[in-house]
Amino acid sequence: MRAFTILDGLVAPLDRANVDTDAIIPKQFLKSIKRSGFGPNAFDEWRYLDHGEPGRDNSRRPLNPEFVLNQSRYQGASVLLTRDNFGCGSSREHAPWALEDYGFRALVGTTFADIFYNNSFKNGLLPIQLPVSEVDELFAQVAATPGYRLRIDLAAQTVSRPDGKVLSFDVDAFRKECLLNGWDDIGLTLQHAEAIREFEAKRRIEQPWLFA
Amino acid sequence: MPKTLYDKLWENHVVRSEADGTALLYIDRHLVHEVTSPQAFEGLKLAGRKPWRVSSIVATADHNTPTDHWERGIEDPVSRQQVETLDANIREVGALAFFPFKDARQGIVHVIGPENGATLPGMTVVCGDSHTSTHGAFACLAHGIGTSEVEHVLATQCLLQKKMKSMLVKVDGKVGAGVTAKDIVLALIGRIGTAGGTGYAIEFGGAAIRALSMEGRMTVCNMAIEGGARVGFVAVDDTTIEYLKGRPFSPTGEVWDRAVAHWRTLVSDVDAKFDAVVELDAAQIKPQVTWGTSPEMVTDIGGSVPAPEDFADPVKREGVARALQYMGLSPRTPLKAITVDKVFIGSCTNSRIEDLREAAAVARGRRKADNVKQVLVVPGSGLVKRQAEAEGLDKIFTAAGFEWREPGCSMCLAMNADRLEPGERCASTSNRNFEGRQGNGGRTHLLSPAMAAAAAIAGHFADVREVLE
Ligand code: SF4
Repeated sequence: MRAFTILDGLVAPLDRANVDTDAIIPKQFLKSIKRSGFGPNAFDEWRYLDHGEPGRDNSRRPLNPEFVLNQSRYQGASVLLTRDNFGCGSSREHAPWALEDYGFRALVGTTFADIFYNNSFKNGLLPIQLPVSEVDELFAQVAATPGYRLRIDLAAQTVSRPDGKVLSFDVDAFRKECLLNGWDDIGLTLQHAEAIREFEAKRRIEQPWLFA
Repeated sequence: MPKTLYDKLWENHVVRSEADGTALLYIDRHLVHEVTSPQAFEGLKLAGRKPWRVSSIVATADHNTPTDHWERGIEDPVSRQQVETLDANIREVGALAFFPFKDARQGIVHVIGPENGATLPGMTVVCGDSHTSTHGAFACLAHGIGTSEVEHVLATQCLLQKKMKSMLVKVDGKVGAGVTAKDIVLALIGRIGTAGGTGYAIEFGGAAIRALSMEGRMTVCNMAIEGGARVGFVAVDDTTIEYLKGRPFSPTGEVWDRAVAHWRTLVSDVDAKFDAVVELDAAQIKPQVTWGTSPEMVTDIGGSVPAPEDFADPVKREGVARALQYMGLSPRTPLKAITVDKVFIGSCTNSRIEDLREAAAVARGRRKADNVKQVLVVPGSGLVKRQAEAEGLDKIFTAAGFEWREPGCSMCLAMNADRLEPGERCASTSNRNFEGRQGNGGRTHLLSPAMAAAAAIAGHFADVREVLE
C-alpha cells in the first residue's frame, strides 16, 4: 500500500449528502477482475451524458458540464470535500479504487459509511471527519477561492487552510501507523500466526460444530 | 457485569488486541461470490500465500448469473469471465461447499448460507458484500467487508476490527395483518435515517421481532446496513434452533446437543446496557413504500410524497428536491396515485419461501394490470425455487401474468440482463433505491413482497390490506 504522510492538494467540492457507492462506481464496472483502471468511470452516471459500459473509450464520451468535477478549476484535485454519510451502500472496494485511480488521496467530510471508511484506509486514501461547521466553512471557502488547496499532515493529524487556520482530526492509532508506513495488513497479522493457530485449536475442541 | 449479545459474540472471537483497542478477530465462515473475490484471490497468489482454512469457505455465483435461458449459458462475456474466474479460483483452493452457476443449490449468497445450515449461531460470518448482515438473524456477528479484507481473511482467517457501539432496536407489540418484516425495517430506517446506525452494532429485539420467522428476521437484519449499521442481529430462541434442525451443515447427534446448549447462551443478559435504544410500536407500523433515492425516503401507503420545503435542513431539502426530480414525482402526490411499469420480487432481502408465499397469497386468482410491463419473480436459490414449485406457487404467479425465473440477484442490482430502462418505475422488494441501482435512469420504490404483488395487480401502489379484504 502507498504510504500517506503529507498532502498539499487542490480541493474539489461534492456538495451532496448520502453519496452512495453505486454513484461512486456503477455496477457495470464491477465486472472487471482487476484492481486498477476504475478512475475514468468514477461517478460515471453524473460525470458523462451517455451511459458507460466497461471497455468503452471514455475519452470520447460527452462530459456533463453540470457536474462539478468536470469544471476546469477542479482538474487535478487530490482532496474531495464531501457531506454526510459519504460512501454508504455496498461494500465494493471498487469505490475507493475508483477515487484513488481518479487522483484523490484524501476525503474531507462530516461522516463516512463504516465499510467504505475502512476500505479507504486499505488503499492509501485518507478519510477525514470534521465537525459540520468546519466542513460548511470549507465549502464556502472552496466556492469563493479558485485554486483552493489544503495541506493535510497525517502524523500531526491536522488540516491547514490557506488562511492559516489549522483544523485537527481524529484517527485510530493503529490505522494511522499502517497508513503512515504503507504497511500491508496481512503481513502484520501473519506475525501473529502462532496466536491464531492456538486460538483455532482451542476452538476446535470447544465448538467442534464450527469446523464441519 | 451483564453483557450484551454483541459483547459475547465479540469476546468469543478475539485472538489478540492492540493497545488502541483494535482486535484480531477470528472468522468462522467466509462466504464468497464472483464480484468481490477475483482481486483477493489474485493478491493472495501474487504474494505467494495459501488460504488459511478452506473449510471455512462457502461459495456461489449470484450477481452476474442470468435468470432465464440457462441452456445458453452466460451470454455477456465480461460477466462470464467473472463467473469462470470464481470457478477456477475455488477449483484451485477448495471450499466447504461450492454452488456454481446452474447447480441445484446455487443462489444468492445470503440465501444459501442459512438454508444449508452453513450459517450457525455464534459464528463470525463475513463476505465481500454489505448485506452479509443478513446472517445476524442467527445471532451471528456478520458483516460485509471489502476485497482487501477478503484477501486478509483468506490469508489469516482473521480480521482487524474495532469494537462498535451497541444499539438495541426494540419493536414491541404485534404488527397488524398485511404488515411484514420489510415494513418494520423500512419504518425503522425512516425513523433513524440511513446513517442512524453508523458505528453501531444493532440488536433487534422485542415481541414483534421474536414473533418473526427466521425468514422475517433475515429480512430485518439484511437491511441493518441500509440504516448505516454494518451488523444487525437477533438473539437465539426456539425459532432459531427449530430452523437449523436437519440442515445439511448443521451438527447432529451429541454435537448438536452441545451446540444447542451453547447457542442458548447467545442472548443479551437481562440488565445489559446499550449505548443507544430505539423503540418502535409494531401496532403503529403500516405497509411502507419508499418515494426517493435513499431508503430513508419512505412513508406509509396512506401517505404522500413530501415537498422539499417540508425539510428545515438545507442539505436535506436539496437532497429531496434532487430525489423528486430523479424519481419524476411532484410534491404531495399520494403514493396510491403513482403507477408502476415493472415489479421485481426477489433479492437477498425478500426471495425466500416465505416471501414468495406472501406474494402468491396476493396474486392468487388475480392478474397483473395491463400497464405493468413486466413482473419478475426471482427465487433466492435453487432450493427455494423447488420448494415454491412443490407448493404450486409458480403456477399462481404465471397465471397472474408474472414471470417465474431462475435464482440469482437479478434486478436487485442489474448486473445481469434484468434491468430497468431509463425512466421506468419499479416496485421492488430489494434493499436499495439509489439512482441507477436497477438500471441506468431506473426509478425504484422499495416495499414488501405482498405490497409488490398488490402494485402488480392494481398497476399502481396499493394498500395490500385493502386488496386482501
Ligand atoms: S440480492 Fe442484491 S443486495 Fe443481495 S447480494 Fe445480490 S446484489 Fe447484493
